[in-house]
Amino acid sequence: MTDNRPVLTMTGISKSFPGVRALHDVNFRLLPGEVHALMGENGAGKSTLIKVLTGVYDTDAGAITLHGEPVSFAGPMQATAAGVSTVYQEVNLCTNLSVAENIFIGREPRLLGAVRWGEVRRRARTLLARLELDLDVSAPLGSYSLAIQQMVAIARAIDIQARVLILDEPTSSLDAGEVAQLFRIMRQLRDEGIAILFVTHFLDQVYEIADRITVLRNGGLVGEYTTTELPQLGLVEKMIGKELDVLEGIEEHSRRDLAAVEEGTPLVAVSNFGRAGAVEPFSLTIHAGEVVGLAGLLGSGRTEVARLLFGADRPDGGQVTVDGRPSSLRTPAQAIDHGVGFCSENRRAEGIVADLSVRENLILAMQAARGWLRPIPRRRQDELVDKYIKALTIRPSDPEVPVRNLSGGNQQKVLLARWLITEPRLLILDEPTRGIDIGAKTEIQKLVTQLSDGGMAVLFISAELEEVLRLSHKVAVMRDRQMVAQLANDDTLDADRVMQTIASGSHGEEADR
Amino acid sequence: MTTGTLTAGRARFRLPRRQIPVLATLALLLVMYGIGVSQYQAFSNVQVIFNIFIDNGFLLVVAVGMTFVILTGGIDLSVGSVVAMTAMVSASLLQKGLPAALVLVIALLIGPTLGLLMGCAIHFFEIQPFIVTLAGMFFARGMCTFISGSSIPISDGFWTRMSQERIGDPRGNFVSISVLIAFAVVAVAAYTLAYTRLGRNVYAIGGNPQSALLMGLPVGRTRIAVYTISGLCSAIGGILLSFYTLSGAPLIAVGMELDVIAAVVIGGTVLTGGSGYVFGTVLGVLVLGVIQTLITFDGSLNSWWTRIVIGGLLFAFILFQRLVGIRYK
Repeated sequence: MTDNRPVLTMTGISKSFPGVRALHDVNFRLLPGEVHALMGENGAGKSTLIKVLTGVYDTDAGAITLHGEPVSFAGPMQATAAGVSTVYQEVNLCTNLSVAENIFIGREPRLLGAVRWGEVRRRARTLLARLELDLDVSAPLGSYSLAIQQMVAIARAIDIQARVLILDEPTSSLDAGEVAQLFRIMRQLRDEGIAILFVTHFLDQVYEIADRITVLRNGGLVGEYTTTELPQLGLVEKMIGKELDVLEGIEEHSRRDLAAVEEGTPLVAVSNFGRAGAVEPFSLTIHAGEVVGLAGLLGSGRTEVARLLFGADRPDGGQVTVDGRPSSLRTPAQAIDHGVGFCSENRRAEGIVADLSVRENLILAMQAARGWLRPIPRRRQDELVDKYIKALTIRPSDPEVPVRNLSGGNQQKVLLARWLITEPRLLILDEPTRGIDIGAKTEIQKLVTQLSDGGMAVLFISAELEEVLRLSHKVAVMRDRQMVAQLANDDTLDADRVMQTIASGSHGEEADR
Repeated sequence: MTTGTLTAGRARFRLPRRQIPVLATLALLLVMYGIGVSQYQAFSNVQVIFNIFIDNGFLLVVAVGMTFVILTGGIDLSVGSVVAMTAMVSASLLQKGLPAALVLVIALLIGPTLGLLMGCAIHFFEIQPFIVTLAGMFFARGMCTFISGSSIPISDGFWTRMSQERIGDPRGNFVSISVLIAFAVVAVAAYTLAYTRLGRNVYAIGGNPQSALLMGLPVGRTRIAVYTISGLCSAIGGILLSFYTLSGAPLIAVGMELDVIAAVVIGGTVLTGGSGYVFGTVLGVLVLGVIQTLITFDGSLNSWWTRIVIGGLLFAFILFQRLVGIRYK
């Protein structure tokens, strides 16, 4: 940080959407050669601030300067041309085009108007080599994993002679090794003098990489801090604006032990359940009031297990009993009939209907269960919607706002509430806390505990071991599309042992059943 | 997934996914041609292939324009009517005694202008291409009958020369000038799609319009451009048709848009956009042409059999694309 004049300043930024005040009088500045973390809960206004900066949205009020000059971008293209590049939370590339083309499209090297494909591929290889990525640059992007696609998006962003690089939750779909690699690149770019704006929900990552932190809450600015002066707990307090006794609540809550939970007939028991190419046959029992955690790496088959249990994919064979009676779960409709609910990990594509209001989204599953011929009276709808908006603290609390205008975490809550309204007996939660902030995370964890105490069975899938261990009575471990172990979550089980099981697949002992 | 250099899960199949449908069409074409040659001795004559191009040159040109539109994930239903309208306008202006060169310029401007307007409506008002181009189709067809209720013959010297000129080899095989024009259009289009920014933007928009926008690509301009290109191709197709028939008729090329869409889809372009080649479209048009020729050679079959076979093939190809798509998702 040799030069202390900010490369970018935003002053007095305000922005409203119909029914939502997304930003109110926010100031922000970015110094050259720093990694600056933008922190806040879901709905605090982080994404909106970035979209205002890059010209996706107009501002209602406020000014932006770049290198001291006032600027106002008409769109991401202009922002990029001025040296402000963005990598968004969801990978915004075209999977039908090749890796090289995704990096260069819109600014391909040309000769007399003709794209020089050889040059495009050569430069792409050079650039990816700088990021230590070894890819076939002429293969379609869609043939690579999401994590690789994210890296390609970053390659695209840094190739433009960027002075400001905005990374909007780039790490949410990366594993530890990939995150480390990303951070190495971020440090390298920072040392080259690029200002990096970094948005993430992982607090540890902030303290690992960021120099300074700006905190937003409810669309307003809380403050700007250096990482050294603001300890992690302080940061969380600034983000949620209250003391952290919420978190403690869960820790103290004593879990009922597995033997007590697994009494009597299991709610759902499957044996020899599997699907070729998706997951090897497995057996699993879930009792009423039991939380079964599903741990494993990305792509180890966690989601596939969930989809089989919900009937979204058909099993190749195996037996299913529900309440001890032989049964089948071959379609989602059958699963719903048996009281199974499924919150998908991919909330944007598979869950939320973005153009409908919060109320309509909430009512969907319940209406489907009743059949379309028996509409739910409006008064009953309002009661239900009110109850769940309060219970899950969905913000904004106006039920008529289109879900599209809500932040990611609040959309997740709407999705959860939609299933809760139908009062399922087994709720499958696939990564319910991914990409959402610590406050909402805590609320969702607390909710899971309450639901299980109330007798609901929950299959809880998460990449965060701590979370799985905190909530589950039993942890099933997935590795390479196999369920390698089921561990009772007693005092002896900790993250290390689960990790060992994931790594080796055999060291963990079988659970007592 | 450990640390270190990422080698990444490589694509499992090396055969490029996007070329599979085109290769399938090529195989189908060869099989059909083989059947023709084995059944009828005259089928192996090179002129048979040349005739397919002569009879379908205008269809090919229009299909090339449609390929652009479908690659962006859109559709253009107006093409058949625009072809007819262009032919009608040319015939009626020539009848009034305007010079051929001026008539050509006017006729070639009408199609792209209509395409431009439709593209603007689709982009600025965010209206479904299906509806906008349906309106364009009715408008253009209406204009045909407005110009004249009955067929107008063309006796202009330039037109008759273009119609009758034969470019051939010493053995007597020949093509018409229209075929050369069609090939030129194909070449320009293939180059545009493969080597220009406009062409690459077309693929990007077809792949994911939202991403294309965020990558800073001129989505609106490209979208308007493809409908303009389709309009231009329809106009050229209309001129070629008027060379071929030496007349303009208000009810010619009714339903042609559907043949064109069929040819593009059989040629391997995916209806949802983002994947396909002009070369595939050429093959698609050839498939239609070979079916027609086979039925003509047979002599006993009703010409409606062409439609039945095309219907079956179209369905088979869409099913095939779907299966290939699922396999690779």
